[in-house]
Amino acid sequence: MGNVAIKANALIKWFGEGETKTIAVKSASFEANFGELLYIVGPSGSGKTTLLSMISGILKPNEGSVLVEGKDIWQMKSDDIADLRLHKIGFVFQDYHLFPRLTTVENVAIPLILKKMDWNEAIKVALEYLEIVGLKDRAQLQPVKLSGGEQQRVAIARAIAGHPDILIFDEPTASLDGDTGRKIVEFIKTKILNAERCVIIVTHDSRIYEYADSIMKMEDGNIIGFERNTLHVA
Amino acid sequence: MSGILKIALKLLVNDRSKFIALLVGITFAVFLMIMMMSMFSGILSRSSSSVYNIGAKIWVMDPAVNNATSSIPMPDYVLSTARSIDGVKYAVPIYFGNALVKLKSGAYQAVSVVGLDDATLYGRPELIEGKIEDIYAESAFFVVKDAEFKKLESPAIGTEFEINDHRGLVVGLAKVASGGLFGIPTVYTTYNRAITYIPSMRFTTSYILIEPKHDTDIPFIQQQIKKLGYQALTRDQFVNKISDFYTYQTGMGMNVLMMTAISFIVGLSISGQTFYTFILENMERFGALKAIGAKGHELIAMILFQASFTALIGYGLGVGLASGLMILAKLRLPSYAAQVTYTNLIFAFVMVLIMAGVSSYIGVRKVLQIQPFDIFRG
Repeated sequence: MGNVAIKANALIKWFGEGETKTIAVKSASFEANFGELLYIVGPSGSGKTTLLSMISGILKPNEGSVLVEGKDIWQMKSDDIADLRLHKIGFVFQDYHLFPRLTTVENVAIPLILKKMDWNEAIKVALEYLEIVGLKDRAQLQPVKLSGGEQQRVAIARAIAGHPDILIFDEPTASLDGDTGRKIVEFIKTKILNAERCVIIVTHDSRIYEYADSIMKMEDGNIIGFERNTLHVA
Repeated sequence: MSGILKIALKLLVNDRSKFIALLVGITFAVFLMIMMMSMFSGILSRSSSSVYNIGAKIWVMDPAVNNATSSIPMPDYVLSTARSIDGVKYAVPIYFGNALVKLKSGAYQAVSVVGLDDATLYGRPELIEGKIEDIYAESAFFVVKDAEFKKLESPAIGTEFEINDHRGLVVGLAKVASGGLFGIPTVYTTYNRAITYIPSMRFTTSYILIEPKHDTDIPFIQQQIKKLGYQALTRDQFVNKISDFYTYQTGMGMNVLMMTAISFIVGLSISGQTFYTFILENMERFGALKAIGAKGHELIAMILFQASFTALIGYGLGVGLASGLMILAKLRLPSYAAQVTYTNLIFAFVMVLIMAGVSSYIGVRKVLQIQPFDIFRG
């Protein structure tokens, strides 16, 4: 495995046509490496989520390419991209998107089940990941019975259960109080990130900037800065 | 069961209010469809009961006859001619009529009277009490012991009654394969006694029953009878003619069809709408699954499974409910005319599959439209 996890080349994305055409991302190029915690920051409407979607194989760019571990994902068929997301990329959505009708452990087992793992085996493995995030005792509860921070940790457990090389967090602290937000990012930094994994976090929460290895700033669809974090927390 | 289908099942059944609403919609529709069709089947079956009970292979009748109880008497020469046709093993007359019986209590009760050919007693019922030869005794009648038997005050052998002001004597109790449609008791006697006791027109033969030498002779016999201006129908053809009459000429068939269609539409509306709402409420989950890596065909399988599972459970409940109600009705009303046939079950099953198919189609279209990007955008 090379050191570059994701390489984006001159990505452009627009929505609408004619007078309603809006360019969300204007020629974005960057690299994210394994072992790196990369933040994509910027104000609302700056194109962060659109960029994140393009690099994770969810939204097709109008121009440019995305290489995930050296493979141009937008040259793949849709089922192959789905496979790539399932095997290589883990998502933690802003609103968690946990399944309220499933138990916590069943939520965590979803990527494993999608990988065709036997149900009982998947539940067993999911329990191990719940233990990692400290929620094994909440395994049989429904997500609605958990606090916001706990739900976030369940979403993290679900994202890492599939053993992805790349983890993508969309505004992980947006609906958490400052302390819980910091604890979550600290947990990501210390327990989730490793030398064989790349973690990308989209945020505009400046309270957690100190945990980043690199920060990429966006504004009006442009990458306006890419810097190593000087406030680095080990 | 594969894991993805287990997830689909849990998403469905754990949403109890929606799941129950879906089941109620489909169960109700199936219940109504089965009830409608079963009542109609029961009526059709009862309407042909005489044809089944008598059991003749060929029935000769006036072409205007459209059901067994509305016979048009035929002149005697038809019987003589029928007996002379090549291929006829034997031909006998039979009489169908109605009479009024005065019971011991003084009450009057309408009865259906079947007059069997005196020489052969062809078409006689199976006796459960009494001797067949006693039918030749004076004023002798067999009474059919069916659901209507009680209306004659449950007579025993030796019970006397008045029939159209004549003396009648019960000499045997009989059983038949199928009860009649109109809820009146049936008595059997000889042809000659029947036409003596019951006022009739100049001609008295209701039907001529023919036994062909071989089944291959039937078309020729039918041809020859047609030349006389009459009609010879096989048992199945006669049953179909009666069914056609009740289905198309009484309005009954159209009513049942309309009620069945309404039941289907009501069921489809409830299940389709509820399933659509269920899909809409789970759009984010399907979007999340897509983002995580579920493929389109897996999501389609989930939706098809959810719709089919609900449809099959609803179908089972609907059939069970309808059958249960019919059993209860028959306990209370033994002559209740309803029967669940394989055709009814298959028809209702196909309708339920259509409901599931339409509901799934709506759901699949919606789910395939959702983009994981929408999940990211919140």
